[in-house]
Amino acid sequence: MTGLCASQQLALRRQLERGLPLTTRPYRHIAEQLGASEQAVLDQVNQWNTEGLFRRFGLVVHHRALGFRANAMLVLDIPDQAVDAIGEQLSSAPGINLCYQRPRRLPHWPFNLFCMVHGRERAAVQAHIERLLERYELDHLPHRLLFSTRAFKQRGGRFTPAAEVAHG
Amino acid sequence: MQLNDLSQRLIERYQHQLPLCAEPWQAMAEELGCSEAEVLDCLRRLDDGGVLSRVGPVFEHSRAGASTLVALAVPPERLEQVAELVNRYPEVNHNYLREHDYNLWFVLTGPDRQALERCLEDIQHSTGLAPLDLPMRRAYRIDLGFPLEDAP
Repeated sequence: MTGLCASQQLALRRQLERGLPLTTRPYRHIAEQLGASEQAVLDQVNQWNTEGLFRRFGLVVHHRALGFRANAMLVLDIPDQAVDAIGEQLSSAPGINLCYQRPRRLPHWPFNLFCMVHGRERAAVQAHIERLLERYELDHLPHRLLFSTRAFKQRGGRFTPAAEVAHG
Repeated sequence: MQLNDLSQRLIERYQHQLPLCAEPWQAMAEELGCSEAEVLDCLRRLDDGGVLSRVGPVFEHSRAGASTLVALAVPPERLEQVAELVNRYPEVNHNYLREHDYNLWFVLTGPDRQALERCLEDIQHSTGLAPLDLPMRRAYRIDLGFPLEDAP
Protein backbone atom coordinates (compact mmCIF):
# COMPACT_ATOMS: atom_id res chain seq x y z
CA MET A 1 0.00 0.00 0.00
CA THR A 2 1.16 3.50 -0.75
CA GLY A 3 -0.36 6.82 0.19
CA LEU A 4 -1.99 7.58 -3.16
CA CYS A 5 -5.71 7.11 -3.74
CA ALA A 6 -6.98 5.41 -6.90
CA SER A 7 -7.54 8.58 -8.89
CA GLN A 8 -4.09 9.88 -7.94
CA GLN A 9 -2.57 6.58 -9.08
CA LEU A 10 -4.32 6.92 -12.43
CA ALA A 11 -3.16 10.50 -12.82
CA LEU A 12 0.40 9.48 -11.94
CA ARG A 13 0.35 6.74 -14.58
CA ARG A 14 -0.89 9.14 -17.20
CA GLN A 15 1.88 11.55 -16.29
CA LEU A 16 4.53 8.79 -16.40
CA GLU A 17 3.32 7.74 -19.86
CA ARG A 18 4.20 11.26 -21.01
CA GLY A 19 7.53 11.22 -19.21
CA LEU A 20 9.08 12.97 -16.23
CA PRO A 21 9.23 16.76 -16.34
CA LEU A 22 12.81 17.82 -17.08
CA THR A 23 13.12 19.91 -13.93
CA THR A 24 15.00 19.41 -10.69
CA ARG A 25 13.01 17.16 -8.35
CA PRO A 26 10.62 15.93 -11.04
CA TYR A 27 8.59 13.82 -8.60
CA ARG A 28 7.92 16.83 -6.40
CA HIS A 29 6.63 18.63 -9.46
CA ILE A 30 4.26 15.73 -10.23
CA ALA A 31 3.28 15.41 -6.55
CA GLU A 32 2.22 19.05 -6.43
CA GLN A 33 -0.08 18.49 -9.40
CA LEU A 34 -1.59 15.40 -7.75
CA GLY A 35 -1.94 17.03 -4.36
CA ALA A 36 0.28 14.34 -2.83
CA SER A 37 3.67 14.24 -1.17
CA GLU A 38 6.86 13.68 -3.12
CA GLN A 39 7.59 10.64 -0.98
CA ALA A 40 4.19 9.06 -1.69
CA VAL A 41 4.78 9.48 -5.45
CA LEU A 42 8.26 7.98 -5.22
CA ASP A 43 7.01 5.07 -3.12
CA GLN A 44 4.32 4.35 -5.72
CA VAL A 45 6.79 4.47 -8.62
CA ASN A 46 9.19 2.19 -6.78
CA GLN A 47 6.40 -0.24 -5.96
CA TRP A 48 5.28 -0.42 -9.59
CA ASN A 49 8.88 -0.90 -10.64
CA THR A 50 9.29 -3.80 -8.20
CA GLU A 51 6.00 -5.34 -9.32
CA GLY A 52 7.19 -5.39 -12.93
CA LEU A 53 4.81 -2.82 -14.39
CA PHE A 54 7.72 -1.33 -16.34
CA ARG A 55 9.93 -3.03 -18.91
CA ARG A 56 12.46 -0.31 -18.42
CA PHE A 57 12.58 3.18 -16.96
CA GLY A 58 14.87 5.68 -18.58
CA LEU A 59 15.63 7.61 -21.74
CA VAL A 60 13.34 6.72 -24.63
CA VAL A 61 14.95 7.89 -27.88
CA HIS A 62 13.66 8.37 -31.40
CA HIS A 63 16.08 6.18 -33.33
CA ARG A 64 15.41 8.05 -36.60
CA ALA A 65 16.69 11.29 -35.11
CA LEU A 66 19.91 9.46 -34.20
CA GLY A 67 20.54 8.51 -37.81
CA PHE A 68 19.06 5.01 -37.62
CA ARG A 69 16.84 5.45 -40.63
CA ALA A 70 17.04 1.99 -42.12
CA ASN A 71 14.49 0.13 -40.02
CA ALA A 72 13.33 -3.24 -41.19
CA MET A 73 10.67 -5.58 -39.91
CA LEU A 74 11.65 -9.13 -40.79
CA VAL A 75 8.66 -11.46 -40.87
CA LEU A 76 8.91 -15.23 -41.24
CA ASP A 77 6.52 -18.15 -41.60
CA ILE A 78 7.96 -20.71 -39.20
CA PRO A 79 6.28 -24.09 -38.56
CA ASP A 80 4.45 -23.93 -35.20
CA GLN A 81 6.55 -26.64 -33.59
CA ALA A 82 9.78 -24.77 -34.36
CA VAL A 83 8.78 -21.17 -33.74
CA ASP A 84 9.82 -20.99 -30.07
CA ALA A 85 13.28 -22.42 -30.69
CA ILE A 86 13.91 -20.14 -33.65
CA GLY A 87 12.49 -17.13 -31.82
CA GLU A 88 14.91 -17.72 -28.95
CA GLN A 89 17.78 -18.13 -31.38
CA LEU A 90 17.05 -14.95 -33.32
CA SER A 91 16.45 -12.91 -30.18
CA SER A 92 20.09 -13.27 -29.21
CA ALA A 93 21.41 -12.58 -32.71
CA PRO A 94 23.33 -9.32 -33.17
CA GLY A 95 21.29 -6.39 -34.44
CA ILE A 96 17.87 -7.84 -33.56
CA ASN A 97 16.17 -5.33 -31.24
CA LEU A 98 12.79 -7.01 -30.86
CA CYS A 99 11.56 -10.51 -31.56
CA TYR A 100 7.89 -11.47 -31.16
CA GLN A 101 5.56 -14.29 -32.11
CA ARG A 102 2.22 -13.12 -33.51
CA PRO A 103 -0.73 -15.03 -35.03
CA ARG A 104 -1.01 -15.73 -38.76
CA ARG A 105 -4.11 -14.32 -40.48
CA LEU A 106 -4.69 -16.63 -43.40
CA PRO A 107 -5.06 -16.24 -46.29
CA HIS A 108 -3.89 -12.62 -46.08
CA TRP A 109 -0.96 -12.91 -43.71
CA PRO A 110 1.05 -16.14 -43.38
CA PHE A 111 3.89 -14.87 -41.13
CA ASN A 112 4.14 -15.67 -37.40
CA LEU A 113 7.59 -14.44 -36.30
CA PHE A 114 8.49 -10.73 -36.27
CA CYS A 115 11.96 -9.22 -35.75
CA MET A 116 12.97 -5.56 -35.79
CA VAL A 117 16.38 -4.52 -37.08
CA HIS A 118 17.50 -0.89 -36.95
CA GLY A 119 20.52 0.38 -38.83
CA ARG A 120 21.99 3.40 -40.52
CA GLU A 121 21.99 2.13 -44.09
CA ARG A 122 19.47 0.05 -45.91
CA ALA A 123 21.96 -2.06 -47.85
CA ALA A 124 23.86 -2.91 -44.67
CA VAL A 125 20.67 -3.91 -42.84
CA GLN A 126 19.60 -6.06 -45.76
CA ALA A 127 22.99 -7.77 -46.00
CA HIS A 128 23.08 -8.29 -42.24
CA ILE A 129 19.67 -9.98 -42.26
CA GLU A 130 20.59 -12.18 -45.22
CA ARG A 131 23.68 -13.37 -43.34
CA LEU A 132 21.60 -14.12 -40.25
CA LEU A 133 19.04 -16.10 -42.24
CA GLU A 134 21.82 -18.12 -43.81
CA ARG A 135 23.60 -18.72 -40.54
CA TYR A 136 20.44 -20.03 -38.87
CA GLU A 137 19.39 -21.92 -42.03
CA LEU A 138 16.14 -19.98 -42.35
CA ASP A 139 16.66 -18.60 -45.85
CA HIS A 140 14.56 -21.39 -47.42
CA LEU A 141 11.50 -20.51 -45.29
CA PRO A 142 8.98 -17.92 -46.51
CA HIS A 143 9.99 -14.48 -45.26
CA ARG A 144 9.72 -10.79 -46.14
CA LEU A 145 11.66 -7.71 -45.23
CA LEU A 146 9.43 -4.68 -44.67
CA PHE A 147 11.49 -1.50 -44.49
CA SER A 148 9.75 1.50 -43.00
CA THR A 149 9.94 4.48 -45.31
CA ARG A 150 8.08 7.05 -43.26
CA ALA A 151 7.01 7.62 -39.64
CA PHE A 152 3.55 9.14 -39.34
CA LYS A 153 3.53 8.95 -35.55
CA GLN A 154 6.06 7.93 -32.91
CA ARG A 155 5.26 8.02 -29.23
CA GLY A 156 4.75 5.77 -26.25
CA GLY A 157 1.53 3.88 -25.61
CA ARG A 158 -1.31 5.40 -23.64
CA PHE A 159 -2.72 2.57 -21.55
CA THR A 160 -4.40 4.51 -18.78
CA PRO A 161 -7.97 5.56 -19.57
CA ALA A 162 -8.58 9.28 -19.64
CA ALA A 163 -10.53 9.64 -16.42
CA GLU A 164 -11.66 12.49 -14.25
CA VAL A 165 -9.07 15.04 -13.23
CA ALA A 166 -7.35 14.04 -9.99
CA HIS A 167 -8.25 15.83 -6.82
CA GLY A 168 -6.01 18.48 -5.43
CA MET B 1 21.35 15.60 -34.63
CA GLN B 2 25.02 15.38 -33.62
CA LEU B 3 25.54 13.98 -30.13
CA ASN B 4 28.14 15.38 -27.80
CA ASP B 5 30.03 13.19 -25.38
CA LEU B 6 27.61 13.66 -22.48
CA SER B 7 24.56 12.88 -24.66
CA GLN B 8 26.18 9.66 -25.83
CA ARG B 9 26.97 8.60 -22.30
CA LEU B 10 23.46 9.43 -21.09
CA ILE B 11 21.87 7.43 -23.91
CA GLU B 12 24.20 4.49 -23.48
CA ARG B 13 23.81 4.31 -19.73
CA TYR B 14 20.28 5.37 -18.90
CA GLN B 15 17.88 3.77 -21.33
CA HIS B 16 17.33 0.80 -19.09
CA GLN B 17 17.23 2.06 -15.52
CA LEU B 18 17.22 5.61 -14.26
CA PRO B 19 17.97 6.05 -10.56
CA LEU B 20 14.50 6.03 -8.94
CA CYS B 21 14.99 8.73 -6.34
CA ALA B 22 13.91 12.30 -5.60
CA GLU B 23 16.86 13.79 -7.48
CA PRO B 24 17.54 11.47 -10.43
CA TRP B 25 19.47 14.03 -12.49
CA GLN B 26 21.73 14.73 -9.53
CA ALA B 27 22.34 11.00 -9.03
CA MET B 28 23.17 10.61 -12.73
CA ALA B 29 25.46 13.63 -12.60
CA GLU B 30 27.39 12.09 -9.73
CA GLU B 31 27.77 8.81 -11.62
CA LEU B 32 28.95 10.63 -14.74
CA GLY B 33 31.14 13.17 -12.97
CA CYS B 34 29.33 16.33 -14.04
CA SER B 35 26.74 18.69 -12.59
CA GLU B 36 22.97 18.27 -12.36
CA ALA B 37 22.57 21.40 -14.49
CA GLU B 38 24.68 19.82 -17.23
CA VAL B 39 22.56 16.65 -17.22
CA LEU B 40 19.31 18.62 -17.37
CA ASP B 41 20.63 20.94 -20.03
CA CYS B 42 21.74 17.96 -22.12
CA LEU B 43 18.37 16.19 -21.74
CA ARG B 44 16.51 19.36 -22.72
CA ARG B 45 18.68 19.75 -25.81
CA LEU B 46 18.03 16.13 -26.81
CA ASP B 47 14.34 16.79 -26.26
CA ASP B 48 14.36 19.97 -28.35
CA GLY B 49 16.42 18.23 -31.05
CA GLY B 50 13.78 15.51 -31.41
CA VAL B 51 16.10 12.74 -30.21
CA LEU B 52 14.34 12.22 -26.91
CA SER B 53 10.79 10.92 -26.89
CA ARG B 54 10.63 11.18 -23.09
CA VAL B 55 12.34 10.09 -19.91
CA GLY B 56 10.22 7.60 -18.04
CA PRO B 57 8.88 4.08 -18.04
CA VAL B 58 8.18 1.84 -21.00
CA PHE B 59 5.21 -0.09 -19.67
CA GLU B 60 5.02 -3.85 -19.73
CA HIS B 61 2.10 -4.19 -22.15
CA SER B 62 0.60 -7.27 -20.57
CA ARG B 63 0.52 -5.66 -17.12
CA ALA B 64 -0.31 -2.10 -18.10
CA GLY B 65 -3.23 -2.95 -20.38
CA ALA B 66 -3.61 -4.40 -23.85
CA SER B 67 -1.82 -3.76 -27.12
CA THR B 68 -1.78 -5.09 -30.64
CA LEU B 69 0.04 -4.54 -33.91
CA VAL B 70 -2.27 -3.55 -36.76
CA ALA B 71 -1.71 -3.41 -40.51
CA LEU B 72 -3.86 -1.87 -43.23
CA ALA B 73 -3.51 -2.33 -46.99
CA VAL B 74 -4.08 1.26 -48.09
CA PRO B 75 -4.40 2.18 -51.78
CA PRO B 76 -1.48 4.57 -52.48
CA GLU B 77 -3.74 7.45 -53.45
CA ARG B 78 -5.53 7.28 -50.06
CA LEU B 79 -2.39 7.00 -47.96
CA GLU B 80 -2.18 10.56 -46.61
CA GLN B 81 -5.86 10.66 -45.76
CA VAL B 82 -5.91 7.25 -44.03
CA ALA B 83 -2.64 7.85 -42.14
CA GLU B 84 -3.99 11.12 -40.81
CA LEU B 85 -7.29 9.53 -39.85
CA VAL B 86 -5.50 6.69 -38.03
CA ASN B 87 -3.17 9.12 -36.25
CA ARG B 88 -6.15 10.88 -34.71
CA TYR B 89 -6.98 7.89 -32.50
CA PRO B 90 -5.37 8.34 -29.08
CA GLU B 91 -4.91 4.53 -28.98
CA VAL B 92 -2.51 4.69 -31.94
CA ASN B 93 1.25 5.07 -31.61
CA HIS B 94 4.21 4.18 -33.82
CA ASN B 95 2.41 4.53 -37.12
CA TYR B 96 4.75 3.66 -40.02
CA LEU B 97 4.64 3.32 -43.76
CA ARG B 98 6.22 0.00 -44.81
CA GLU B 99 7.02 -1.57 -48.15
CA HIS B 100 4.30 -4.18 -48.63
CA ASP B 101 0.68 -4.40 -49.80
CA TYR B 102 -0.04 -4.07 -46.09
CA ASN B 103 1.66 -0.72 -46.02
CA LEU B 104 0.41 1.08 -42.92
CA TRP B 105 1.58 -0.44 -39.61
CA PHE B 106 0.70 0.88 -36.20
CA VAL B 107 0.44 -0.20 -32.58
CA LEU B 108 -2.80 0.17 -30.62
CA THR B 109 -2.69 0.38 -26.84
CA GLY B 110 -5.56 0.68 -24.38
CA PRO B 111 -6.73 -0.30 -20.93
CA ASP B 112 -8.04 -3.70 -22.09
CA ARG B 113 -8.61 -5.91 -25.13
CA GLN B 114 -12.24 -4.81 -25.42
CA ALA B 115 -11.18 -1.20 -25.89
CA LEU B 116 -8.84 -2.29 -28.69
CA GLU B 117 -11.59 -4.26 -30.42
CA ARG B 118 -13.89 -1.25 -30.34
CA CYS B 119 -11.09 0.84 -31.82
CA LEU B 120 -10.40 -1.74 -34.55
CA GLU B 121 -14.07 -1.80 -35.51
CA ASP B 122 -14.13 1.96 -35.61
CA ILE B 123 -11.03 2.09 -37.82
CA GLN B 124 -12.54 -0.46 -40.19
CA HIS B 125 -15.74 1.55 -40.34
CA SER B 126 -14.08 4.92 -40.88
CA THR B 127 -11.49 3.74 -43.44
CA GLY B 128 -13.48 0.99 -45.18
CA LEU B 129 -10.33 -1.18 -44.89
CA ALA B 130 -10.10 -4.48 -43.01
CA PRO B 131 -7.32 -4.30 -40.41
CA LEU B 132 -4.97 -7.19 -39.66
CA ASP B 133 -5.04 -7.61 -35.88
CA LEU B 134 -1.73 -9.15 -34.74
CA PRO B 135 -1.50 -9.23 -30.93
CA MET B 136 1.73 -10.51 -29.46
CA ARG B 137 1.62 -14.21 -28.61
CA ARG B 138 5.07 -14.45 -27.11
CA ALA B 139 8.05 -12.13 -26.68
CA TYR B 140 11.48 -13.64 -27.26
CA ARG B 141 13.21 -10.32 -26.97
CA ILE B 142 11.55 -7.18 -25.65
CA ASP B 143 12.50 -3.55 -25.95
CA LEU B 144 15.54 -3.02 -23.74
CA GLY B 145 16.57 0.27 -25.22
CA PHE B 146 18.61 1.02 -28.23
CA PRO B 147 22.34 0.37 -28.68
CA LEU B 148 24.26 3.24 -30.26
CA GLU B 149 27.02 0.90 -31.35
CA ASP B 150 26.68 -2.63 -32.66
CA ALA B 151 24.04 -1.81 -35.29
CA PRO B 152 24.41 -2.70 -38.96
